[in-house]
Amino acid sequence: MNGRRLLLTSAGAIAIVALLVSIALAQGMREKFFDRDGRLVVIERSAAEQLRTYDIRSSKAPETFPVPPPPFSEGIFPCSDCHAHMSPDQRPRVLTEEHTDIVLNHAEGQRWCLDCHNTDDRDTLRLVSGEIIPFSESYRLCGQCHGDKFREWREGLHGKRTGYWNGDKEYLLCAHCHNPHDPNFKPMKPMPPPVRPGETRR
Amino acid sequence: MSDEQQKETRVFKQTRRKVLKGLAAGAAVLAVPTPQASASVWEAFFQKHFREMSKDELVRVLARLEKTYSRQYGKEVTVSATPPIEGVRFGYGLDLSRCIGCRRCVYGCVEENNLSREPQLHLIRVVRLQKEKGVDLDYAEHYYNPELVPEPGYFYMPISCQQCENSPCTKVCPVQATWKEKDGIVVVDYNWCIGCRYCMASCPYGARRFNWRRPQIPAENLNPTTHYLGNRPRPVGVVEKCTFCIQRTREQPGRYPACQEVCPVGARKFGNLLDPKSEMRALIENKRVFILKEDLNTRPKFYYFF
Repeated sequence: MNGRRLLLTSAGAIAIVALLVSIALAQGMREKFFDRDGRLVVIERSAAEQLRTYDIRSSKAPETFPVPPPPFSEGIFPCSDCHAHMSPDQRPRVLTEEHTDIVLNHAEGQRWCLDCHNTDDRDTLRLVSGEIIPFSESYRLCGQCHGDKFREWREGLHGKRTGYWNGDKEYLLCAHCHNPHDPNFKPMKPMPPPVRPGETRR
Repeated sequence: MSDEQQKETRVFKQTRRKVLKGLAAGAAVLAVPTPQASASVWEAFFQKHFREMSKDELVRVLARLEKTYSRQYGKEVTVSATPPIEGVRFGYGLDLSRCIGCRRCVYGCVEENNLSREPQLHLIRVVRLQKEKGVDLDYAEHYYNPELVPEPGYFYMPISCQQCENSPCTKVCPVQATWKEKDGIVVVDYNWCIGCRYCMASCPYGARRFNWRRPQIPAENLNPTTHYLGNRPRPVGVVEKCTFCIQRTREQPGRYPACQEVCPVGARKFGNLLDPKSEMRALIENKRVFILKEDLNTRPKFYYFF
């Protein structure tokens, strides 16, 4: 008797929540914030617009950026030169024959090669969503976790641009400065310090 | 002859000698070119202030300088006087959390701007600061030389000309040889500078340098693309400073300054402050930005962020 009542109440609660959610979705979402001048800005997005955010297939193509060629090691690309004739072994393991120079020092306990490299075509990369991207768009792969850095890179704040300040620019890829397998920036030898004023006197 | 008379004669003689000596020295100090001097020396002597020259005069002066430098260094040297671009005000950004103090920018600037190799002259000063103390210049170390940078517990801060909007250096110049251009770059007319160094005394950032001796630049290292107000070879006895690589940034399309291009960590940002889409505007709006010695009201256009 008691159990049945509990069941009924919880079912009722779920029904009410579902009703509220469906009303919210039907009405769309309202975003309110104050801009710099203190004015209240209200942006309304319909339910369909909200849903589209999560719809990968019909979402608009992501913005691409002009980048120089990715920094492959000498003679390693295209990967399919070797991998086309091999059957992929999807079991995580320590590589002993090839690529032994690669030491993964980048959340190594949580991933291995084929989480980022595409199993079916090694010349490409693979996002978590399953989308296949070329190496020249690898910033999207890095941006999956490092969203803050990706947004700053997109604005030109993180990383480096080459080219012209008022003309065509190229955005260096993440991998041009950070080894993707070991991304910590490596210390380097500084250039010589300036001569002290006393040392120039004759 | 009495002792008295003898003394008077001696005094007179000494005085006359002194006067003659003084006259000769005075004539030498005036350093008027002798009639035998080449025409270009006379032209340089009577050259007008850069901003008072007509177009024709400027063309003649540039041609003369090109000829002089080309002969001096044995290769084709061009001297331009590209004017500021309309609607542009340059700003510079420096990311203190990226800079590793490797001094690549210092030497990149030397190469690009034809700075003297001997005696050594640098326009960028990289100081090492203690993380514990923050941006406290009392603890700045200029001559650090470890095996590898960055060192734990330290951060690095390159300091060069801040291109102030309210620039003290241009106010104190007694001959107006230095001024702020329309695009915000503070420049020096090396032919008009008298070398009094008032500007150096007035600069709160220690950003100006004096050519105590004739700058020595190996001919093979000379950058032959020069600007009148920028990187043309400097004479002895004039003050010079960073010009945001005026010879590069005023091109169409404009290249980035040499220090930005050479930075291995991408800590340096450069752009047009009047363009809302430039990276400078993005960083000023979104990052924690500060300017050096804000309390002096010099209003620098060099923004440090972290």
